[in-house]
Amino acid sequence: MDQLHQLTITQAYSLLRSKEITSRELTRSVLDRIARINSKVNAFITICEDSAMARAAMADERIQSGNGGPLTGIPISVKDVLCTRGIRTTCASKILEDFVPPYDAAVVEKLNNAGTVMVGKVNMDEFAMGSSNENSGFMITKNPWDVSRIPGGSSGGSAVSVSADMCLGSIGSDTGGSIRQPASHCSVAGLKPTYGRVSRYGLVAFASSLDQIGPIGKCVSDCAILMNALAGYDPKDSTSVNIPVPDYSDLPENGLKGVKIGIPKEYEAAEGLAPDVSAAVDRAVVTLEKLGAEKVSVSLPHTRYAVAAYYVIAPSEASSNLARYDGVKYGFRDPAAENLIGMYKQTRSNGFGKEVKRRIIIGTYCLSAGYYDAYYGKASQVRTMIMEDFKRAFTHCDAILSPVAPEPPFRIGEKTDDPLTMYLSDIFTLSANLAGIPGISIPCGFSGDGLPIGLQIMGKHFDEHGILKIASEFERATDFNTKKPDI
Amino acid sequence: MAKITRDEVLNVANLARLQITDSETELFAGQIADILTYIDMLNQVDTEGVTPTSHAVPMTNAFREDEETGHLNRDKALENAPEKEDGMFLVPKIIS
Repeated sequence: MDQLHQLTITQAYSLLRSKEITSRELTRSVLDRIARINSKVNAFITICEDSAMARAAMADERIQSGNGGPLTGIPISVKDVLCTRGIRTTCASKILEDFVPPYDAAVVEKLNNAGTVMVGKVNMDEFAMGSSNENSGFMITKNPWDVSRIPGGSSGGSAVSVSADMCLGSIGSDTGGSIRQPASHCSVAGLKPTYGRVSRYGLVAFASSLDQIGPIGKCVSDCAILMNALAGYDPKDSTSVNIPVPDYSDLPENGLKGVKIGIPKEYEAAEGLAPDVSAAVDRAVVTLEKLGAEKVSVSLPHTRYAVAAYYVIAPSEASSNLARYDGVKYGFRDPAAENLIGMYKQTRSNGFGKEVKRRIIIGTYCLSAGYYDAYYGKASQVRTMIMEDFKRAFTHCDAILSPVAPEPPFRIGEKTDDPLTMYLSDIFTLSANLAGIPGISIPCGFSGDGLPIGLQIMGKHFDEHGILKIASEFERATDFNTKKPDI
Repeated sequence: MAKITRDEVLNVANLARLQITDSETELFAGQIADILTYIDMLNQVDTEGVTPTSHAVPMTNAFREDEETGHLNRDKALENAPEKEDGMFLVPKIIS
């Protein structure tokens, strides 16, 4: 077997357990794949060859002694927004270019304990601000389905590394769609859990009331297996919620009888929705109906205000969170300045990229004296109304269906001069962050040009298991997730 | 509302401790004005009496026992410092 890197986590687990393969062989295959194609797609910022092989050897011993679990010996990538002890964590920003965290993020510790083999840290938009990976301070990650196109963002490196078989699964973060949109653009599965379901300890903060960590996988059950490791209360994150964690990987083939799928009428009427995307989502609804689901029409009347509310709240929180990068305790410092204030300014001006500066300025403006009520206050009230829309809709249905992105992945450079147009492409994903609900993106088709299209399934607070079940039934009934990019 | 002047952009950048170039000021003023104009649509929503949400999942204070736990030692905490001296972070002159 020489194509081990193509395995899913589920397949690899079975081969590792039956001792047909070793984690060292599997990890070697993944590292070789990275060496062959990383220069074509720029997915990895840091490749951890030595530590990965050492961990693979440890995993093999653990499996040999009968103490392995579903993730033991599985090679994964981690978005460079999560702190990894002793391994550089850059957030794709020059300001953290040489930052080596002295501690592991809670999820990294959990994954290490589960026996995963981290093969490297993957690229992203700087500080997770972006929808295309074009805002990385280092390089632009490319879509393996068409390298002239964006992979989506901000977890673009995560989605690409999974899609191009440079790992078996990845961990990303999602503040306005940053797991779901790149998953959609790269034809893989990506889950944003409920706010509070996964500890954010050790996640470099962007917008703290919206950020959530989640898995990206080659199939729905791989996401479920990763979720089993990620989920759970952590006293070190005061916003993590202490309620029981189900076994997400329990995904029996029961059909969808009795399941009500809500279709928001506002989404059907959304501006800029590409015909190919709309048609693929319509076909997905038919597939779900054939599986027994009942389609119901729901209304989310404040949908059209979601982008505006988000682009007040997220930059406001970011401007506050990013105040910590001052060149004093860690990260880049501009050595030229003569006094403290000058050092702050030069460090931040030369350390941050354009989009980060733009958002810090918007956020600082929205929070400044005289504007706070008009912007942040107002947006926070509209956020309440968006949340209530979902609450009402969920009294009529079990899950809500929508596109993930309004169009298939666009060309690199196409939208960089127009940040507002870029922001508007987040319309289908960011409501879930404002409302704190879970959402998953799964492959549901291809455009006329062969570009991936994703389907979003959103659920009630803490009903990740419910949307995973629907997603897995859909996946079993279709073959979109088995198609691979030719790279 | 909306329309942000170059001076306002410079003033806000200064509050955020950013020193932006003339061309950045020009670029940001235009782009941020467009974004703020778009954001103004929030004023179409009647939010009278609506409680603002700062947190998506309802929660009260998170308390814990006041117990000693592990912490980074001084050397570890200083490891990433751009400049340090005698076990302390070193910064340029504060009062000049």
